[in-house]
Amino acid sequence: MKTHTLTVNGKAQQVEAADDMPLLWVLRDLLDLKGTKYGCGQAQCGSCTVLLGDTAVRSCTLTVSQVGERSVTTIEGLSENGDHPLQKAWIAHVVPQCGYCQTGQIMNAAALLRRTPSPSEADIEQAMAGNLCRCGTYNRIKEAIQSAAQ
Amino acid sequence: MMPTFPFSKNKPDQQHTSTIFAPSRRDFIKISSLAGGGLLLGVSFQCTGKGKTSTFSPNVYLSISTDNLVTIIAHRSEMGQGIRTSLPMIVADEMGADWARVQIVQAEGDEEKYGNQNTDGSFSVRMFYEPMRKAGATARHMLIRAAAQKWGVEESSCTAEKSMVVHAETGKSLTFGELAAEAQELELPDQESLQLKDSGSYKLVGKDVPIVDLEDMVTGKAVFGADVRLDGMKVAVIQRTPVVGATMASYDDKAALAIPGVEKVVPIKGSGNPPGLNKPLEGLAVIAGNTWAAIKGREALEITWDLGENASYDSRSQMESMLKSTLAEGRVRRNRGEFKTAKSTASRVLDRSFQAPFYAHATIEPPAALASYKDGKMEIWAPTQHPQWARDSVAEACAMEAADVRVNVTLLGGGFGRKSKPDYVVEAALLAKETGMPIRVQWTREDDLHHDFFHAHSAQRIVATLDAQKKLSGWNHHTVFPSIGATSNPEELHPSDGELGLGCIDFPFEVPHIRIETHESTAHTRIGWLRSVSNIHHAFAICAMMDEIAEARGVDPVEQALELLADDAKLDFAGEIEGDFGNYGESLEDYPWETKRLKNVIRRVAKEADWGKTLPEGHAMGFAVHKSFLTYVACIAEIARDESGTITIPEVHYAVDCGIGVNTDRIRSQFEGGAIFGTSIANTSAITLKAGKVEQHNFDGYHLARMPQSPKKIYVHLIDSSRKPTGVGEPPVPPLAPALANAYYKLTGKRIYQLPFSMA
Repeated sequence: MKTHTLTVNGKAQQVEAADDMPLLWVLRDLLDLKGTKYGCGQAQCGSCTVLLGDTAVRSCTLTVSQVGERSVTTIEGLSENGDHPLQKAWIAHVVPQCGYCQTGQIMNAAALLRRTPSPSEADIEQAMAGNLCRCGTYNRIKEAIQSAAQ
Repeated sequence: MMPTFPFSKNKPDQQHTSTIFAPSRRDFIKISSLAGGGLLLGVSFQCTGKGKTSTFSPNVYLSISTDNLVTIIAHRSEMGQGIRTSLPMIVADEMGADWARVQIVQAEGDEEKYGNQNTDGSFSVRMFYEPMRKAGATARHMLIRAAAQKWGVEESSCTAEKSMVVHAETGKSLTFGELAAEAQELELPDQESLQLKDSGSYKLVGKDVPIVDLEDMVTGKAVFGADVRLDGMKVAVIQRTPVVGATMASYDDKAALAIPGVEKVVPIKGSGNPPGLNKPLEGLAVIAGNTWAAIKGREALEITWDLGENASYDSRSQMESMLKSTLAEGRVRRNRGEFKTAKSTASRVLDRSFQAPFYAHATIEPPAALASYKDGKMEIWAPTQHPQWARDSVAEACAMEAADVRVNVTLLGGGFGRKSKPDYVVEAALLAKETGMPIRVQWTREDDLHHDFFHAHSAQRIVATLDAQKKLSGWNHHTVFPSIGATSNPEELHPSDGELGLGCIDFPFEVPHIRIETHESTAHTRIGWLRSVSNIHHAFAICAMMDEIAEARGVDPVEQALELLADDAKLDFAGEIEGDFGNYGESLEDYPWETKRLKNVIRRVAKEADWGKTLPEGHAMGFAVHKSFLTYVACIAEIARDESGTITIPEVHYAVDCGIGVNTDRIRSQFEGGAIFGTSIANTSAITLKAGKVEQHNFDGYHLARMPQSPKKIYVHLIDSSRKPTGVGEPPVPPLAPALANAYYKLTGKRIYQLPFSMA
């Protein structure tokens, strides 16, 4: 066990955790930030996506010791009042069905828009291909990203 | 309590009746933790058996507080289908409530209070549409009466809108909240004379209404199974038997216990063989202070297993023997005419075999459940489709009374039938009782894929005969797959009547000679039900075969389907079916099998997709039609191949007759999602077993359709209907795979006989 200092949603946090504990479990079990979801543990499904700086990462395979100085943003820190353009677009298009994968989808889309503010349909498909949705909300996700980008 | 299968929700001798009653405030507060004065109503939705009425069982509660908030209890599980929105919408609309002032409270699992809560089989709206309307209408009548008495006016001159009763002549108005206390003192209106609104005056029903959990879901506040926290809670990750029925011979937990954070290692006694539908598998649980420590602790376990009789099981060998079995005569389950004569006089015989694999549910939220045992009482928080079965199963496993077990239902991160089975809930309960600590059992993805209750793999053979005029004269369908029933009873060797009722036995086409046969097979892993169940493989074989028959006859497949549905008729298969025709638990009087409605969706989908139009080079369309869960669905899928050889799905069209549409947006979303779920089934997913063990471990082995492989546009054309509402969760799935397979043939000249087929 070691003390790790992390910056999560703009706030410095200290956690006691094994070096190899994935950031996902640090967030969920130690910091009580449960909007980030476990889906596969192997960066296959994207449910655990958070931002590291401006980049989308799979928090299930990123260990706490690899985070370093970089700031972590989770769904809880994406916007003050749940009013990020993507969150608003997700609501306008009624994207979620069960909702479980959606926080990861939104975080992944947020990184896409920071990198590519006006993505083409092909850009969206390529960027979002790592995020699984078993309910099958992909087309509304695509529409929501397109409308948030406008 | 017996499990309720999705296709047998009630026994045929039972009837449903519903009544409205005024519960005591204490009772209501007890069940809902709500306080405050106001109007309270319950709906009692009873099953009446042969000559006897079951005990008083209030299902659904609604209340109106003096601060003008309407609270509606949602007693069905929310897993993405939108039921926490759709049922309350019906109540609110009948009441005239302001939707913005309605709150939804999730009910715990309790059959006495809520009646059937088994959220499965696409029947929530079907079962509860009328009781919800009556509940809303009752409240509206009482509120109007309270206002009319206060103002000294006729009730008929008052209206209820936006949570207010208004008297238009005088312009007087009072909110529901202001009337609630007085309404509570009134007699309940006579249920028989209760006036329900006509559908034209609905403000919510029949419209697109956003789901009530939307904001929580996009901000990370929504509470799923693994999100509940209790003081002192520990996390358990369990190493389960790698082969169903295996037992633990010995184990060494020293290395596991040495991992920081690991506190205990606790064995769980499994059910052995047969595994059953509601029991845990044998396993060894690592209990730790956090999930990661429990995962690492499990990796460090050393276990010696007695693998038992399933250790030699190979799913590929079973598939070979199932295919072979279809070449012999089987048990005849439906017979019309004399197929053998049709065959001996045929001008042409088409004889084709079809295969489909085991499928896993692969909900993105793997099973998880939290249990706390204190002072002889068990409290559970779980994402379960069937809280009552979970409660009873926990009580049985822990030798407790069901009354001492409380099951709270969280949101489900997908269900698809997996989360009706309560094995993971029982695991948490056993561990909580054993350790005295609140325990959250967390399944990993590997656990989920290895230990699912799989959709059974299947072999089918269809022999079709054409007569001298090239008419379809004979249909001989053989189907064989391990039955769900075999998971509890190894003697069940044939598909059950219920499973055949799922899109096989009710082959609707007008063919003079029909013979449907089943063959024996055995279960060596846990078999369960997955979104649309046996309809998946039955629709694939039937709709692919019909396409091939149309080609052999030189007719268009859409025209052929219309031709073979012949005159408008109500099918009853009388005298042809051995055993029961389930009709999804409904009588044929209430829900007739109408060829007219099937023809109607076929014509509609052909029109909307512009079937027969000239498509760009490299594009092709395929057609399939399949009724399931009492909903009539026709589907046309378009596929395209680009210069690199990559195949995509530009469009899918569905025409749907599901009776009255409650929340049209959620109907469309179920079909959008169903098309993508169907794409995984058609194209990417398969579970195989070797030496009794599942060979796929994560999403790199069990592939799901991702955004680029999914249909780009999914159009859902709803038939405007005033018929009784029927299900929409499952019916989108069955026709999708054959529609794609038929399109693939048109594009490539290659017929598909085996799922999944990779179109890439």
